[in-house]
Amino acid sequence: MLKPYTNKAWFLVLPVFLLVAFSAIIPLMTVVNYSIQDIFDINTRYFVGTEWYREILNDQRLIDSLVRQFLFSGAVLAIEIPLGIAVALMMPTRGIGSVASLIVLAVPLLVPLNVVGTIWQIFARADIGLFGWALNSLGVDYNYAANPVDAWFTVLLMDVWHWTSLVALLCYSGLRAIPDAYYQAARIDRASRWAVFRYIQLPKLKSVLLIGVLLRFMDSFMIYTEPFVLTGGGPGNSTTFLSQTLTKMAIGQFDIGPAGAFSIIYFLVILLLSWLFYTLMTRNDAK
Amino acid sequence: MSKTKNIGMSAYIIFLLLPIYWLLNMSFKHNDEILGKLSFWPQSFTLHNYQVIFSDPSWYMGYVNSIYYVLLNMVITLAVALPAAYAFSRFRFMGDKHLFFWLLTNRMAPPAVFLLPFFQLYSSVGLFDTHIAVALAHCLFNVPLAVWILEGFMSGVPREIDETAYIDGYSFTRFFTRIFIPLIRSGIGVTAFFCFMFSWVELLLARTLTSVNAKPIAAVMTRTVSASGIDWGVLSAAGVLTIVPGILVVWFVRNHVAKGFALGRV
Repeated sequence: MLKPYTNKAWFLVLPVFLLVAFSAIIPLMTVVNYSIQDIFDINTRYFVGTEWYREILNDQRLIDSLVRQFLFSGAVLAIEIPLGIAVALMMPTRGIGSVASLIVLAVPLLVPLNVVGTIWQIFARADIGLFGWALNSLGVDYNYAANPVDAWFTVLLMDVWHWTSLVALLCYSGLRAIPDAYYQAARIDRASRWAVFRYIQLPKLKSVLLIGVLLRFMDSFMIYTEPFVLTGGGPGNSTTFLSQTLTKMAIGQFDIGPAGAFSIIYFLVILLLSWLFYTLMTRNDAK
Repeated sequence: MSKTKNIGMSAYIIFLLLPIYWLLNMSFKHNDEILGKLSFWPQSFTLHNYQVIFSDPSWYMGYVNSIYYVLLNMVITLAVALPAAYAFSRFRFMGDKHLFFWLLTNRMAPPAVFLLPFFQLYSSVGLFDTHIAVALAHCLFNVPLAVWILEGFMSGVPREIDETAYIDGYSFTRFFTRIFIPLIRSGIGVTAFFCFMFSWVELLLARTLTSVNAKPIAAVMTRTVSASGIDWGVLSAAGVLTIVPGILVVWFVRNHVAKGFALGRV
């Protein structure tokens, strides 16, 4: 049955439209404005067209942090999505264990981002942290503040700790929505464990996985606070991701023009990739 | 099979809890002990770090400020998202698909992009350093998500219910508040949980839009870093206290989270 067509529905959407317009369109237009002008002070500004865009696209800082960002987001998705599914499959389904694991899983999600950085700073430091101390006493030379590989490993581990639960919780609720009859049918057909997963559970998880992948991609692509607190982007620039490069440029050096151009490119990259994920994952539904 | 499952799950839970345990452990230690010898539990147990926080208004007001703007944000988000989600789930109208995607694009906008414009915008309308400014700024990413989640839940409610109510003479507002909202209770619970989560953990915008009166706890915590080094004990205690509201919220919605996600199209 088709939904009725009525433009009166706009009245219901209007509050959202106005609110988001206020906090999105005006700022976005301001950024566009910055990106095409050279601003010295409030009264002295020149129109420079696409100059900032050309400058920024040749800027090694942007290219480096973009590459790092892709590596990081790719690694995050490659680890957290399978791990999240695995955790959801392992979770107890009834009784006190189920409630307890739900709560424990949700806890990392509700820790403020800077506190996540602090927790891992305290946990992973070689001198006072359990993790860093344990690795070092096992004979691994580990110091995330000095060694880029260790820093990367720590930031990644921190993100896995922080966000895998989101994927796991989404998948868990998706799994709960599968009727028992499906499993009974599979048992009659003597389906293997893998077949049950591949042909019953995975298809049912598709819609929640779409949300999980999109949220994880968007959020990992904008990561700022956690690595900022943990490593400060270092050692060197090895864990400086896009948001941090941008913030440094806009607020640290006050290069508003290039930063504006940077912002627009950044936003468009996220938009494009999210759209790509979305169409790829929903393509089969349309058929 | 079940045994490997349990072992795997236990290992994962230990992995989740160990860093938090370490933070808790630190928060009950003196700084000398933290920097001295590594120990698995406090050798000389102390509440000193918590005393520092609870005796200083500039510390504990950080928590009050944070909770205040998070609640404000939840109320605003739900108030605007409920009717909008209803419109998206029940009607077609001019530009509906575009509007929906445009809303979602705001969820994708990195806060770092909006930092400077937000600062200028809220300063120019006189909202700088108020709770409402942070609450409004957080609507940028919470409202799209709320509309998305609620729309899924609302589409799960058969449209016949609306029609029957209108035939029975219910006005739209009466139907919406008396019948429809109770029907999607768990959806609202899940949405509120997500709003709380994303607003509570966000720091970048909250810190930029405030200076004194509405300063969030996350920004207050940077005080522990001084020229003489980091006050690890107080930092840990403050960290532990930021986790507490989260645990309370999870406790309240624990029955809705699993059920709620499954009910909606989400």
